Order: sequence, then C-alpha cells, then structure tokens
Amino acid sequence: MASAVAAGLLAGCAGAGGAASSPRGGAVDVLMVNNPQMVELRKLTAAHFTKDTGIEVNFTTLPENDVRDKAGQDFANQAGQYDVATISNFEVPFYARNGWLRPLDPYAAEDSTFDRADLLDPVRRSLTADDGRLYGVPFYGESSFLMYRKDVFAEKGLTMPAHPTWHQVADLAAAVDGARKGMRGICLRGQPGWGEVIAPLTTVVNTFGGTWFTKDWQARLTAPEFVRATEFYVRLVREHGEKGAAQSGYAECLNGVVQGRAAMWYDATAAAGPLEAAGSPVKGRIGYAPAPVERTASSGWLYTWAWGLQKASRNPDKAWKFISWASGKEYEALVGREAGWAGVPAGKRASTYESRPYRQAAAAFWDVTRASIAATDPWRPGTQPRPAPGIQFVGIPEFSDLGTKVSREISAAIAGRQSVATSLRKSQKMAERIGERYRSR
Amino acid sequence: MTAPVTAGAAARTGNPPRGAARRRRKRGTSSWAVRAPLLPALVFVIAVTQLPFVATLVLSLFDWNAFHPGGRRFIGLDNYAAVLGDTAVRDAVVTTTVLTASVVAAALVLGLALALLLDRRFPGRALVRTMLITPFLLVPVAAALLWKHLLLNPEYGLLNGALTWAARLVGDGDAPQPDWISTAPLIAVGTALVWQWTPFMMLIVLAGLRSRSPESMEAARMDGASEAQIFRYLTLPHLRRYLELGALLGSVHIVQNFDAVFTITSGSLGTANLPYTVYQIFYQAHEYGQASAAGVLVVLGSLVIAAVALRVVSSLLRGEASRG
Repeated sequence: MASAVAAGLLAGCAGAGGAASSPRGGAVDVLMVNNPQMVELRKLTAAHFTKDTGIEVNFTTLPENDVRDKAGQDFANQAGQYDVATISNFEVPFYARNGWLRPLDPYAAEDSTFDRADLLDPVRRSLTADDGRLYGVPFYGESSFLMYRKDVFAEKGLTMPAHPTWHQVADLAAAVDGARKGMRGICLRGQPGWGEVIAPLTTVVNTFGGTWFTKDWQARLTAPEFVRATEFYVRLVREHGEKGAAQSGYAECLNGVVQGRAAMWYDATAAAGPLEAAGSPVKGRIGYAPAPVERTASSGWLYTWAWGLQKASRNPDKAWKFISWASGKEYEALVGREAGWAGVPAGKRASTYESRPYRQAAAAFWDVTRASIAATDPWRPGTQPRPAPGIQFVGIPEFSDLGTKVSREISAAIAGRQSVATSLRKSQKMAERIGERYRSR
Repeated sequence: MTAPVTAGAAARTGNPPRGAARRRRKRGTSSWAVRAPLLPALVFVIAVTQLPFVATLVLSLFDWNAFHPGGRRFIGLDNYAAVLGDTAVRDAVVTTTVLTASVVAAALVLGLALALLLDRRFPGRALVRTMLITPFLLVPVAAALLWKHLLLNPEYGLLNGALTWAARLVGDGDAPQPDWISTAPLIAVGTALVWQWTPFMMLIVLAGLRSRSPESMEAARMDGASEAQIFRYLTLPHLRRYLELGALLGSVHIVQNFDAVFTITSGSLGTANLPYTVYQIFYQAHEYGQASAAGVLVVLGSLVIAAVALRVVSSLLRGEASRG
C-alpha cells in the first residue's frame, strides 16, 4: 500500500504522469462523475459527437468522492492523464489559483455556437476565479429543494406551504411518517463525506444563523446556532428519517423515494430528473417546494458540475470541442429527443427554461429550480459575512478533509453512537486548526 | 556449461598458489555466467519494488500539500511526529489490530469446522465445496457492496427480511428491524471479511487433512480411540502448522483490507483502519508528505510482524523437511 502511494507520488515527482494517454493519439480523455446525466452523455457521445467530428472520447466514470480524489491528484501533479474532468464550483477557485486549469474565455469567445451570455449568472460567477476569468463550463447546475409526495399529502389532508420553514417540515415529517407501509416521513443524507451529509446540513446551519467560520477565520462549530441546527437535523433524521441513515447518501435517498420509502426528501434539484423520468413509479406524484428556511429568505445551495480543462492537456482544442458540444444548447435538445426532456442537463442556461418542450416535461419543477438557483449568493449564504465563498461548503482546499472528518462525527451522532454536543466539540477543534492557519497568513 | 569444466581443469594443473587465485577468479566468473540471465529480472524487481519505497522515504521528509504547490519544503522528521501524534492514526492502529485478529480467528475456526465436514464423503460433496469457495472468488468491493445492501440494509436487506418472514410465521409480521451497520459497524465490516476469508482458511486446512497418514488413523481406531480423541491427539497437532500458515497469510491480507471499510461504513463509526487512514491523508487532505510518512510507518510495523511470522513459517518449512 505504501508503495502504491509512492508510485502515485513518483509520477508526480517526475512530472510525467501515469501517462495513461489513449492508444489513439487524438482522443480526448474525460473523467466524470457517474451521475445519470453523465451516463446519458456517455451513451450519446459516440453516435453523435464522434460521428460528426471524428474525435474519439474515452470516458472514465466514477462515484463523486473518487472523481474528486482522482481529479485532484491528476491536476495537482499536472499529470495530464485526463484532458477534461468534471470539477465543481468548489474546486474552481483554488484550482485556478494554482494554475492547473486553462482559462476558457478565449475559447468561448471564439466559439459562435456556444453563446456564453446564455449561461445563468450565479452559475457562471461561481466558475469564475479571482482574476475574473472563466475556468469551468457548466454541464448542469443545481440548487437544493424539498420534494414531497403530493398524493400522500392529499390523503392525509396536509398542505405544503409555499415557503416552508424547517420547523413546519419537521411537523409534516411527523404527520406523514408511516402514511403507507414502510414509508418514512423524510429522507436526509447521513452518509459520511463532505459532499454527502455536510451539504444539506450546512444549508440548515446557514438558515439557522450559524456558520463554519466568521469573516476573520474564527471557527464557530460550537456556537449555539450551529449546535441548534445540527441537533435539529440529527433529531429529524433519527425520528422520522430513513433507516440506516448513517450509511445513506444521495443515491440511497433517491432509491428510497423512487421505491416509496420516504414521503419527503430535501436534496439536490437535479434529483427531479430521475424522479420524473419515464418508468419512475413516482412520476407525476411529487410536489416541489423551495429549500426550507428559518432566519434567511432562501437556503438552497449552489452547485454545478462543470468541465475543467487541465493545463497540461495535450489536445486542448479537441477537448474544447467536446466541452462546447456537451454544454451546448444543441446537446440539450438532443437529450430531449433521445431520452426525454426531464433528463436534460439543466440549470445552466437561461434558454433551457424558455424552451416549450422542456417546460412541459419539467412542468412540476422547472420554475422552482430556476428560482432556487437565481436566489443563491455564495458570498452571503447566511446571516453573516463569510471569509470564503460557498453555500453548502467553505471554498478552501482544506474543506474536503475537514468536512469529511466532521461528517464522520455527525454520522456517528446520527447512528446514535455519540451526542451532537460531543461530535461538534471534536469538530470544533479540527476547524480551529484550519482557522489558525488562515489567520496567520 | 563449459565453464565448470575449465575450472576443474585449472584445478588439476597443480601450481597451488597461482592456481588457487585463478580458480577463485574462474569460479567467480563462472557463477556469474549462471546468474547473468537472471540479472534483468533482479533489476526489474528492484526497480518496481525498492525505488518507489525509496521515493516514499524521501517524500516523507517534505512538507508537501498538493493544494499549496508553492509551499513544498524539507522538514525532516516533522511528518513522522505529526502522524504519530495524530489520534486518527493511533485509533486506526487499534482498529486494524482488533479487526485483523478477530477476523483471522473467526475465519480459522469456521474454516476448520467446514474443512472437517468436507473431509467426509457424502453425495454432492464437490458441489458443496465449490459453493463454499465462491465467496473467496468474489471481487472484494463486490462482496462489500453485497453485504452493505443485499444483506445488512435495514429496509430491504435479507437479514431484516428474514426476521419479518419469521415473525409472519408466528404472528403479525412485526419483527424488530435493527440497523445493523449503525449499531455494530466494526462487527458488520468484520463479518463481511470473515465471509470472504473463511473459504481460504478452509482450503488450507483441507489440504492439511488430506495429508494425514491413514495408517496412524487406522491404528488409532483399532486401539479403540474415539473420534474426539483422534481429533484431539492426532488431527489437531498435525494441523497446527497448517493453521499457523492460514493465520499468517490471512493476517497479511486482512491488515491491508480497504474495500470493506471504504464501502460499508466510509471509515466512519470507528471502523477506519490503517489503509483507509493513509488513503484519507493522501486523497482527502492531499498531504503527500504525511501520507508517505504514514505509509513508511505502516511498512515498518508490518516488517516487524512479518519477521516474527516468517520465523514461524520457516520453522514450518524446516519441520516439513525433517519429516520428509
């Protein structure tokens, strides 16, 4: 194992990467998350993009955590194993600062079919680094919202408020818990990982008035607001959430809702696609409400999977052609025709929400989604100014480690193995160390 | 092939002092003639095993975080201090030890029991043996997923399904539905590993059982020894070296296990073992220097254990030789 670590490092040292360059010199190597929208892209690429341009694309698809690790490693060492990787608005600021990415403005400006002005403002800004240049092109954007079973609510004579508060949601979860056999009140992520349990939890913390760090890098994980939010979340998921919550992430909750094991679900707006897809047993039965709030006007997160072009890429021009095609209007129409409009990688272009077939297919959720994304502000997600951008995360490279370590403590609290107070006390110590590092800079 | 002959010829020419020197030289070159074809392999082995380790050693002396490429600098043994002072690493040592020891012990006992059963003749024995070996042939990560979802999941897992089914037989089907992984995470991970490694132990013990001398068994039966006595005084002593070998090989593999911890619990709830912790330092904290230091420490620890274990095995091998 040590030697495996070493082998990876050796590659980094020598500056020559794992050199898994494709057998055909001109192919574009793409590393991406195995989300449904990307799986669809993989299916459509050969028959359309490669056929039209003659450019081969080799895909590597992995789960989210693994993509992050692999991309982080490959880009940090400029190993050039992948030309393009799905990175997010979390990575873009510091990937760009470290000089690992190519600025994409020149390509976008020259590409007449791309239409940069069509990109949604908050999404585009979240992929723009300190130097004002664009370093990622969004494939799809998402916020978070509350999904609920309209049919179950109707049976129980319950109504979802137009702008629910978290306490209302907790009462509703109690009321619908057990409405059908094996149906729990709500599904909330509990699986460890900074991109799993920490994301929804942090939006709850924001709207309860808490924050990870103050403007001057003081860690605030044991502040009353943070504690109240975490206790609320953990209690809700323990009392009315899914079973096995400490091992349930996005994928598990999606399965649970599709199979009728949860009456509500607070998660990514991108989840609406698979829920409303043809063949989904809950298609047409789901209602959508904005992310629940307490002390802020909105609390949805902002997240986008975007294409980052590695600086060390050997075929940047071909890679851009692929990016431009995958993130273009044409591709959205193609998915609409081939796989149904509900599965379109939305949340990045204004034109998507103007298109009639999309509005019809996404009738239940397009409006809530667009409004949620429009309401986000990564610099002011809560009730106080922040030292770094980010709504459901803190936009610093150390957060992947800190968030993951904290997530394990939270997971242990969800599993009932320790109290929330203990979890946060341990977490505060870890966060303080990071805060000190930034204060002394 | 000619070299030894000439050496022999040189030895017969008398003229002792000079001849002896020449003979030494000749023998040197001749033995190298035999070794030469193996050299590329040796160089290759050194290149792929030792060089990366040397690189790891060098890296472990640097402060190197991937996200701060500008801040790379030499810091001596600070990484080792940081790793040894890290409570996560210390907890991982304990977790690894507990997990490895308990999994090896359980798999050995189960493997021994199954091997004793399989040692008897019964119809369909070959089929049963194949079925028993199957878990060991599964890809580790697939086995872990199988346990996490198909068996242990509290909502649609086989275990809770079986409980409900059993409750339906006797009443209203309202069985307790425990959340296995959350209540007993280390046991859940351990069980998945035991399930995978029992067949391995079974095979080794089975080989041992096949090599018992039928004459002494026969003689013991003639003398009126019971089956229990035969097992206690003949079979078990004979199996001792096989059990030791199984424990050694099993430990080497289970110490390194990553898939089960990664898949079933994502290293939470106190199940993070050493491989997972090193992965965490390397991949999530992106502390290349610290991860290298941790890797080196794990290797050193393993070397100490391996040295002891190898001594055990070499006594086994000597035992084999003396018996033969």
